[in-house]
Amino acid sequence: MAERTRPIVAVWKFASCDGCQLSLLDCEDELLAVAGAVDIAYFAEASSTLRPGPYDVSLVEGSVTTEHDAERIRMVRAASKRLITIGACATAGGIQSLRNFADVKDYVAAVYASPEYIRTLETSTPISAHVPVDFELRGCPINKHQLLEVISALLAGRKPQIPNESVCVSCKQRGTSCVMVAHGTPCLGPVTHAGCGAICPAYGRGCYGCYGPAEAANTASLAGAWTALGADRRTLHRAFRTFNAAAEPFRQESEAHAEPHHPG
Amino acid sequence: MPEPRTQPSVLLGARVLLPRPALQDLIDALAACGFEVIGPRARDGAIVYDRLRRIEELPAGWTDRQDGGTYGLERRSDAALFGYAVGPHSWKQFLHPPQERLWRARRREDGFAIEPEPAPPSRLAFIGVRACELHAIAIQDRVFMGGAHKDTGYEARRRGAFVVAVNCGTAGGTCFCASMETGPRAEAGFDLALTELIGGTRHDFLMEAGSEAGAALLAGLPTRPAGAADIAAAEAVVARTAASMGRTMDTVGLKSLLQDHPEHPRWDEVASRCLACANCTMVCPTCFCTTVTDHTDLAGQEAERVRHWDSCFTADFSYIHGGSVRSSTKSRYRQWMTHKLAHWIDQFGTSGCVGCGRCITWCPVGIDITAEAAAIRADPAAHGTKRGTSHGNP
Repeated sequence: MAERTRPIVAVWKFASCDGCQLSLLDCEDELLAVAGAVDIAYFAEASSTLRPGPYDVSLVEGSVTTEHDAERIRMVRAASKRLITIGACATAGGIQSLRNFADVKDYVAAVYASPEYIRTLETSTPISAHVPVDFELRGCPINKHQLLEVISALLAGRKPQIPNESVCVSCKQRGTSCVMVAHGTPCLGPVTHAGCGAICPAYGRGCYGCYGPAEAANTASLAGAWTALGADRRTLHRAFRTFNAAAEPFRQESEAHAEPHHPG
Repeated sequence: MPEPRTQPSVLLGARVLLPRPALQDLIDALAACGFEVIGPRARDGAIVYDRLRRIEELPAGWTDRQDGGTYGLERRSDAALFGYAVGPHSWKQFLHPPQERLWRARRREDGFAIEPEPAPPSRLAFIGVRACELHAIAIQDRVFMGGAHKDTGYEARRRGAFVVAVNCGTAGGTCFCASMETGPRAEAGFDLALTELIGGTRHDFLMEAGSEAGAALLAGLPTRPAGAADIAAAEAVVARTAASMGRTMDTVGLKSLLQDHPEHPRWDEVASRCLACANCTMVCPTCFCTTVTDHTDLAGQEAERVRHWDSCFTADFSYIHGGSVRSSTKSRYRQWMTHKLAHWIDQFGTSGCVGCGRCITWCPVGIDITAEAAAIRADPAAHGTKRGTSHGNP
């Protein structure tokens, strides 16, 4: 068996909290195996040694919120054979996409002492809105086991085994009784992409939708069931407007529950 | 199966009484025979199936209130141990587990070596299997062991299992086994069956052996003969349950009704409510579909193949070269319901539905398979009556 060449990997940060990059460092038991299997050339969070491209694989965290970053992601794409986005910011625009529903100048004025120094875009957009993406790994934050699966799949030249089913499938497979049916707790699980292992329902909480909309998400029907459980318009509006607020099915559903005089 | 300790056939089919405390002797006897005993437990607001060691762990005095998309535990006025219907779990999760590694492979100098999975370590004894669940197990037996290609893992678990059935003393709000002719009495497929007799100061189980192994086990328990009044009381329990089903399903001509109406407008209507979340298929005790995934490690030294429960409600389930065959929720719900109630008969000789009601209760939006069937029956002439008009999957 010939020695496998180690792919050259870069890890990039855009507008984000660093939590998804930390998932890689959080691998702990597997970190040495990762370091042995890939050649990490660029990972500012982990090392001050930054080597120039080209790279075999780029892992990209964060969304695009500035002109500078819109330019930088094109450079990353040009320098990378494969580009994989990790986390809700990179795949959906993240919590910072709340600006998409408001006037960003109001936020800048409210947050910064000297707003004149801030140069930012009107919107926060996923990486896929700017450059072609080879694989999107969902989650806020991503699940480290799924990240290891994606890296292992890349190394073996196979498809990552990342199921596109709802969180409900995870609940049922681990034997958790449905919090919505058995407790009357509103839960986003039926419209949310699996990947977390259904942690919140296992502790009696409804799903918060951290992994974004599942394929074929019927948010309107679920919203009807939430209403039957007593959720009001404001609760529904906020539920769909979190880390994946700009993902299309969640965006539409949150707008359906906006205040009538306040379309945002 | 336990070794016979007395002349077993004396008890096969006969009815005897087991007093409530002696149910512990039954659990102990099964454990002594090497079984891991599984039974109903109240946990997180539902009756689930889990490891059982003491009768005090059974959900004494609890019952359930069930309807479309809603389930709740409530106190009974007595201390019945089996006074509830089926919950979110089924025996499927033990006989056909949600995840099962099929094999592992390790790289060697000259290639690789496959390591098959070892046989299951312990035999399972199930306490509290309902009549609908016996039928569900029989259906999965046909699926996994009926053809030329047997599922060896399922077969090993199934052949090793000891089944203690319970004749239902309570019908749930979504139960319709009486319509499907699958209950509420356990007729076959058990080693022992019990009927709970409770009232006044009395708390006994009328026991019936359904196999030599069951008779052998029963012979070692502190039973006493049952009288005609006890047998009549047990008959009355089952008759009362049969008369209080929460739902009914009209099965007359149901197969052709569904197969002849692939374009009925009701499929669009139900798709507007369906979440495509797959809960119905996960809780269904007969749904058996799986997918197989291959995994490799970071060093490229080990690989494994794992089988997981899958569902016809996902896009990936029907993905073939170029796309998903069933891209719409309408086509997925129609596939599930028509397979369950109609094509299953063509494929396996029986309906795939046992009337347990789990798909109704555990649907977060309460979609009711009996109501969907009734809606198509109520207006079969609503356009698209015969196949061959415009049916395409998406």
